Amino acid sequence: MNILSQGEGALFSDPSADRARQFFVEKPRALTDKVMTVTEAVHRFIHDDDYFASGGFGCARIPTAVLHEILRQGPKRLSFAGHTATHDFQILCAGNGLGRGPTLAAVDIAYIVGLEARGLSAHARRVMESGEVACTEWTNYTLAVRFKAAAMGVPFLPARSMLGTDTFRHSAARVVACPFTGEKVALLPALYPDVAAIHVHEADRYGNCRIRGTTVADLDLARAARRLIITCERLIPGDDIRQDPSRTVIPFFCVDAVCEVPFGSYPGNMPYEYFSDEDHLRQWLAAEKDVTTFGAFLETHIYGVGDFADYLQRCGGLSRLQELRRHEFLLHRGM
Amino acid sequence: MSTPYNAMELMICCAARLLEDGRTAAVGTGVPCAAAMLAQRTHAPHLVMLFEAGGIAPQLPTMPISVGDSRSFHRAVMATSMADIMETCQRGLVDYTFLGGAQIDPYGNLNSTLIGGDYVHPKVRLPGSGGANDLASLCWRIFVVTNHDRRRFVEKLDFLTTPGYLTGPGAREQAGLPPGTGPYRVITDLAVMSYDDETKRMQVHSLHPGVTLAQVRAATGFELGVREPLAVTEPPTPGELRILREEVDPHRYVIGRC
Repeated sequence: MNILSQGEGALFSDPSADRARQFFVEKPRALTDKVMTVTEAVHRFIHDDDYFASGGFGCARIPTAVLHEILRQGPKRLSFAGHTATHDFQILCAGNGLGRGPTLAAVDIAYIVGLEARGLSAHARRVMESGEVACTEWTNYTLAVRFKAAAMGVPFLPARSMLGTDTFRHSAARVVACPFTGEKVALLPALYPDVAAIHVHEADRYGNCRIRGTTVADLDLARAARRLIITCERLIPGDDIRQDPSRTVIPFFCVDAVCEVPFGSYPGNMPYEYFSDEDHLRQWLAAEKDVTTFGAFLETHIYGVGDFADYLQRCGGLSRLQELRRHEFLLHRGM
Repeated sequence: MSTPYNAMELMICCAARLLEDGRTAAVGTGVPCAAAMLAQRTHAPHLVMLFEAGGIAPQLPTMPISVGDSRSFHRAVMATSMADIMETCQRGLVDYTFLGGAQIDPYGNLNSTLIGGDYVHPKVRLPGSGGANDLASLCWRIFVVTNHDRRRFVEKLDFLTTPGYLTGPGAREQAGLPPGTGPYRVITDLAVMSYDDETKRMQVHSLHPGVTLAQVRAATGFELGVREPLAVTEPPTPGELRILREEVDPHRYVIGRC
């Protein structure tokens, strides 16, 4: 196939299907107990210079506890998949430009810096406008396709997106004519993250997972990642999984760590469980405007906090969380 | 005597009227969502809403805050993946999408990536494409709803994030985008714009009541043609306003923005 045009962006991960197989041949397959704390999971599975990806949709079903722990333990110079990334990206950016880190060295960008209608993150903008983080542009779909290619175990997939735009010019995609039809397509290199974190509703001790609601790109991401940390609202007995295997969406052999973190998507939304804490998200956005204020905010909410339960306590504890459950309409269907 | 209304209510009504019954629309939060909900409650009860995070045909209890929050698939027929939604667009099953951006040019191309400076050191870094480039590439008709000013309507974008008609006639097809797709209407607080069939450039389609062509041109940073005969936008009907205010957006999340 002739390459008709080629994006100028850098590739921050290796798309080789064979080298991914060389990793996966060593990955443990046994049905073993993987329950551990978030502290242990981040320490064991997220390292300096890793490529990291995070599941959910920005402020919905995000693995907040892992993101906070990344800031606390300080793995440095991560590459990151900025796929529908809103509050998750805002947290990781806090590890740059404030005297620690740098947490981020490179970002594949589909959506960053913004929190949808809530506005732009002042600190994420500072970090991304400084030039200290290398960037390559993509789109929400094309990054999802890159995970899908990796999940399929192939080095690329085609799509009809990004064609003709500066988004393509700053990507690492290539355009070819289809060998069957002549139609032009963008070829998207597989994205195998070194490590990913995904928050789910239920998992057993081995890592078999259930998700309710939209899955965004997480089923492919779970399969694409070399190592996978699962946080879950609730641990469930393995026998429950076997009673209804059709509900399992991620099988245990993809998973390296299972961490039970109730309210683990806070301040994000967890479908059927609790709605997002819009007041707390507004506090983040406001605190970020001034660097000193933001430093103090992070000390209070992340660095000076023992663990995620302590963070929840500082944000209003169970009474606030129950209030957020009242705002989750999927819990109150029929009204 | 007509009921008083604001510019946001007029924009939503303009968008809603253009959505035909039995069609599919990939929508975001805010105006697109309000327009689709209004259309469903008036002339298009079988209009299907899709949200890019995976919600198909939700019955929204209230406006979602995010295109991925749990309200975007409330009483939906399916909660699926983003790839499934985008591939439904790619197969040609999605008729409409709604987009916005910091800048739009005469061909309907959009910028939501950066303003000023260069790529490495932009003056303002914006979110990037998100799903916009995908939806604009793959859906049949692209709507843009935005405020009308010279900072936004520019001759040349700082960054072409999302494709309109690119450089003009035939350019989308030349780039490999699906034939027959492209920008359809731009709805602003001053007017409704369409695109000239020959040149693919934006043109004024109808002026909102009380707005002059000179006003629209003064708020546009490029030469703007006119589709003859130039119409006046139909104001919202009392019925549309009642549904919009009482059923679609009772908390005035969207219609209160102006």
